[in-house]
Amino acid sequence: MNKNKNLIEVENLTLQFDTDEGRITAVDNVSFSVAPGEVLGLVGESGSGKSVTAKSLMKLNPGNAIYSPETKIKLHLEDRSVDIMQLKSSKEMLVARGGAISMIFQEPMASFAPAITIGDQMVEQLLIHTDYSVAKAKKYSIEMLDRVGISDADQRFKQYAFELSGGMRQRAMIAMALSTKPKLLIADEPTTALDVTIQLQVIDLMKDLVKEFGMGIIFITHDLGVIAQTADKVAVMYLGKLIEQGSVRDVIRNPSHPYTQGLIAALPQLDNLDAPLVAVAGDIPSPLERPSGCVFHTRCPVHLGGQCSSMVPEFSSVERSHTVACHLIEASNLVDKKVAVS
Amino acid sequence: MNNKIQKPLIATKDLSVHYPLRSTKLFGPPPVVKAVEGVNINIAPGSFFGLVGESGSGKTTLGRALLKAAPITRGEVTYSDGEVEFDLTDIEKKDLQEYRRRAQLIFQDPYAALSPRMTVRDIIAEPLEVMGITKSREETDRRGRGIAAKCRLNLEHLRRFPHAFSGGQRQRISIARALVSNPKFVVADESVAALDVSIQADVLNLLKEIQKEMGLAFLFISHDLSVVAHVCDYVAVMYLGRLVETAPTRQLFESPRHPYTKALLSAIPSLDPDDYGKAEKLEGEIPSPTNPPPGCKFQTRCRFAIDICRSQEPKLETEDGHDVACHRWRELLEA
Repeated sequence: MNKNKNLIEVENLTLQFDTDEGRITAVDNVSFSVAPGEVLGLVGESGSGKSVTAKSLMKLNPGNAIYSPETKIKLHLEDRSVDIMQLKSSKEMLVARGGAISMIFQEPMASFAPAITIGDQMVEQLLIHTDYSVAKAKKYSIEMLDRVGISDADQRFKQYAFELSGGMRQRAMIAMALSTKPKLLIADEPTTALDVTIQLQVIDLMKDLVKEFGMGIIFITHDLGVIAQTADKVAVMYLGKLIEQGSVRDVIRNPSHPYTQGLIAALPQLDNLDAPLVAVAGDIPSPLERPSGCVFHTRCPVHLGGQCSSMVPEFSSVERSHTVACHLIEASNLVDKKVAVS
Repeated sequence: MNNKIQKPLIATKDLSVHYPLRSTKLFGPPPVVKAVEGVNINIAPGSFFGLVGESGSGKTTLGRALLKAAPITRGEVTYSDGEVEFDLTDIEKKDLQEYRRRAQLIFQDPYAALSPRMTVRDIIAEPLEVMGITKSREETDRRGRGIAAKCRLNLEHLRRFPHAFSGGQRQRISIARALVSNPKFVVADESVAALDVSIQADVLNLLKEIQKEMGLAFLFISHDLSVVAHVCDYVAVMYLGRLVETAPTRQLFESPRHPYTKALLSAIPSLDPDDYGKAEKLEGEIPSPTNPPPGCKFQTRCRFAIDICRSQEPKLETEDGHDVACHRWRELLEA
């Protein structure tokens, strides 16, 4: 038995891409961990590096990706631990790609092959990852479709992705991702393309499945409301950097980084319709023009000037297991911690 | 907001949009998709009118019908801004051109809506040139710059191509293009859905500002109720091509009457982690419009449905300026 209590530990993940316009940093020294049965919410705007971070766990980034030598992604399975960064051949990679780790993508229409039935795609991956016979794989796939709330599962099994509605497709995607019994599920914006009513159904389904299968989930989204309803822990990313991390209650009730505070203030609240909507000023900078010092200082409403634009802030604790990378917190308690959520 | 006294800018009566499908049988009429069925709405000049519903509810089709970009099968749509009046069901080509200048559309996806081969200046100026609104290049430039400045785009921006802009900036370009012909009515179809939360507020505030400044009316189509709550004066809720509830925003959010509206409101994820499990879960999905259920269209998913709901379609009932189409709304309100 593996004594490690975490399922996956990402340490110092730094990822750069070689592009025609130069080398750009997509992820900068990011560390986090997920335990079995735990849901980690990864939040940030588009361009913050959430998806690239998630894809690193399966080494799915394109060929021009360069991982720094310090990067370690340790996957702790029952009988062994592997460093995903050290896996070379595609056969070795099977453990991370669909074996112990599965992934659900944002647009289920784009992630199913359009000319192969849902059922055939489910059976195919089971034949690769398990020792099931075709008949057993088929039976099990239909069971999984039924389990995620798809009615007439044996009929749906024979259909193509275009014949299913958006919600159905996302359920089928979840069924497919879970059928190999992964230890870690990465869900990249799984509900963003769905209606609120269907989103609620999918969130409930995922919560039930975590309980039932005891797996860990990395839930990527830009919607803090969805995070509040699903995650146990939250990690907020901005321009490839982790800027705040902690339990979902701590981060949402007591957001301490000016960026997290801005994200929460930008959410339209239903209990106060008169409250003005406040955007986070400016746009996320291009990764080619990465700001020096704290990456957020160009948009930060309370930045300190020289210190913020020249020195990279270290993580400091606000509460137990709630850490923030911000000079304001580091230096003193200038920031009124009670801002936002009230 | 007071549409009884003020003459509405856009008024529809029993508006229906049906699309025939390819026949599956050798004989008999082909099946028909009733995308919009019997809709009556009044949009007051200078108001922000919200239209909400799940995908497949007919929001976009309704928006397009109001711009005469979808075929009107039955019913009336009239436009009246004090200067001109049009009956869209029977409009001449010349009038339609004039209507296109006065009624505009902002698209959902700012990445797909802008030509990558045109500079921002050309994108914004194109409607002026195509519609022959301006006489000289100087005049075109002046108007283009004026509207660009309102949308917070500077001269430097006008020289660039769309790829150089972020999502929020691109959406501002789309807005400038829609507004350059000085319209009175703009349909904004999911205009912030593709944007990050952090910049969504920026675009919403801009729309609101422009609406006040230019005195135009917006039909704001969105699936996100919390956004609608913040910008709209009046909200209509659609389900399977029918209006199920319309009311002033505050009234709708404070005392929703239709079970569907209640479920939609309840499904918005709360920021409080302790609220998990409190939301009212709506089972199933919106039925196919080719084969809608009999009676109330919502009965297949409604936990309050009784016999009458399954046989008879409810009519819109008005009380206190709040319309609802539900057989049991009074009962449910008391309960």
